[in-house]
Amino acid sequence: MKGWLRFLLLILVARPLALFMTGADVSGRERLPLKGPAIVAANHSSHVDTLLLLAIFPSRALARVRPAAAADYFLRDPVIGWFSRHVIGIVPVARRKFGRDEDVLAPARAALAAGDIVVVFPEGTRGDGEGDEGMGQLKSGVARLAEAFPDAPVTPVWIQGAGRVLPKGETIPVPLNCAVLVGEPLAWEGDRHAFMTKLRASLLALRAEAPPLRWS
Amino acid sequence: MVILLGVAGIVAAVLTALRPDKSYLELRQRIASWWVMVALLAGALLVGWQATVVVFALISFMALREFLSLAPIRKEDRPAILAAYLILIAAYGFVAADQYMFYLVFIPVWTFLGLPFLMAMLGQTRGFLTTAATFHWGLVTCVYNLGFAAFLMRTPASEPLPAGAAGLVFFLLLVTEFNDVAQYVFGKLLGRHKIAPTVSPNKTWEGFLGGWLATALLIWFVGPVFTPLAGLGLLVVAVTLPVAGFAGDVTMSAVKRDIGVKDTSHAIPGHGGVLDRADSLTFTAPLYFHLLALFALVKF
Repeated sequence: MKGWLRFLLLILVARPLALFMTGADVSGRERLPLKGPAIVAANHSSHVDTLLLLAIFPSRALARVRPAAAADYFLRDPVIGWFSRHVIGIVPVARRKFGRDEDVLAPARAALAAGDIVVVFPEGTRGDGEGDEGMGQLKSGVARLAEAFPDAPVTPVWIQGAGRVLPKGETIPVPLNCAVLVGEPLAWEGDRHAFMTKLRASLLALRAEAPPLRWS
Repeated sequence: MVILLGVAGIVAAVLTALRPDKSYLELRQRIASWWVMVALLAGALLVGWQATVVVFALISFMALREFLSLAPIRKEDRPAILAAYLILIAAYGFVAADQYMFYLVFIPVWTFLGLPFLMAMLGQTRGFLTTAATFHWGLVTCVYNLGFAAFLMRTPASEPLPAGAAGLVFFLLLVTEFNDVAQYVFGKLLGRHKIAPTVSPNKTWEGFLGGWLATALLIWFVGPVFTPLAGLGLLVVAVTLPVAGFAGDVTMSAVKRDIGVKDTSHAIPGHGGVLDRADSLTFTAPLYFHLLALFALVKF
């Protein structure tokens, strides 16, 4: 797969599709990193999240953007696997092997070392957007990546409403506006726990600025 | 229109030069967006009714998507949301097929009955009446009412139109947006007495009356250039259309206040959402259409 083909598919298909399905109402786009190594950490409630994030990056940064995605989900089928690797450009994360000796974050580290912008969903799975805070527990993998690349900025992004466009378990997407709020990048300050607390706080601060979701 | 925007652009440039300490970014964005909207709509009107129907269908789609995204909707209603978009396509299909009678009853009668029936079959009765009303309000304002502007393009050339069907639509857009701007400017210059303090605290009697007078004069003197209206018909349009524009603005403000947002999205830089810009048009378009039908057009 040539890079230019992925680029064209993202520009000519992913972007218009994201615009049609969600309106892609972005604020703070200028805060998105344009070169790597850099990490973007977003909340996760739908496959639409990945589409939206790929759609809002400026064209000159697109070749560098690599969403981290669960290997057990996206690589189980050869067709979806090929598409995930070569069009979406995923960095596989082997969720099932988590806790064993194998380094599940190795592909993400390699991507950062190569100067890519890695998009992570620290919740580790799509949530239902329910609960007081609209997101689940954050896994600390993102802190370990930040620790390994202390100079890479970690940009928090809150995506509001993607879970209505295509909730987990549904197959038919429905066009509804999504707001994407990009926050100020966080710097690594030497402590994983403090870093995760800071990340969660900035995601919740972005959520507070998002338009209300009247969805019951 | 081009002259007005040119003057606005020069004023913005002069302001920026005179007061470099203040940011006029929003003003400049707002004017730049006006240019884009004028170019898009003028281009569509020049190309013909097909392009105009497509552009209005897109405007309706974006407005309806904004409305359904902000309004309280129940999880079980996702199929009803999808149905609302299909209704939009069907309604504009009637415009494209030039089926006026079908268009007239499709949303107010058949959608009014059919969509709640679909919602009933989906099985959730909690908040049923409220949600059914929400859907209907969104479809009538965003689709049915805006669609009348597109339907004007189907006026046949056999009617005595001074500037063609495109002239009718252009004049509607011109006076509606002129009225918005005139009410804003008069309000900024002379505004003292609030007209609807709980709904729209920036609106004043001075802004409303000044805009009314300015727009009525514009309609009275420029109307005959673009429309077949004259005499009583022209007078009725001149008197009522600015009031309808104001009513659309205030009513949509009440909806936004109820939902708890200031702007419906950031789709148009410097303006807010599509619904923020088209709010007065959702009221003026059907009024203008029906007054034209009553006083001037044979077909409708």
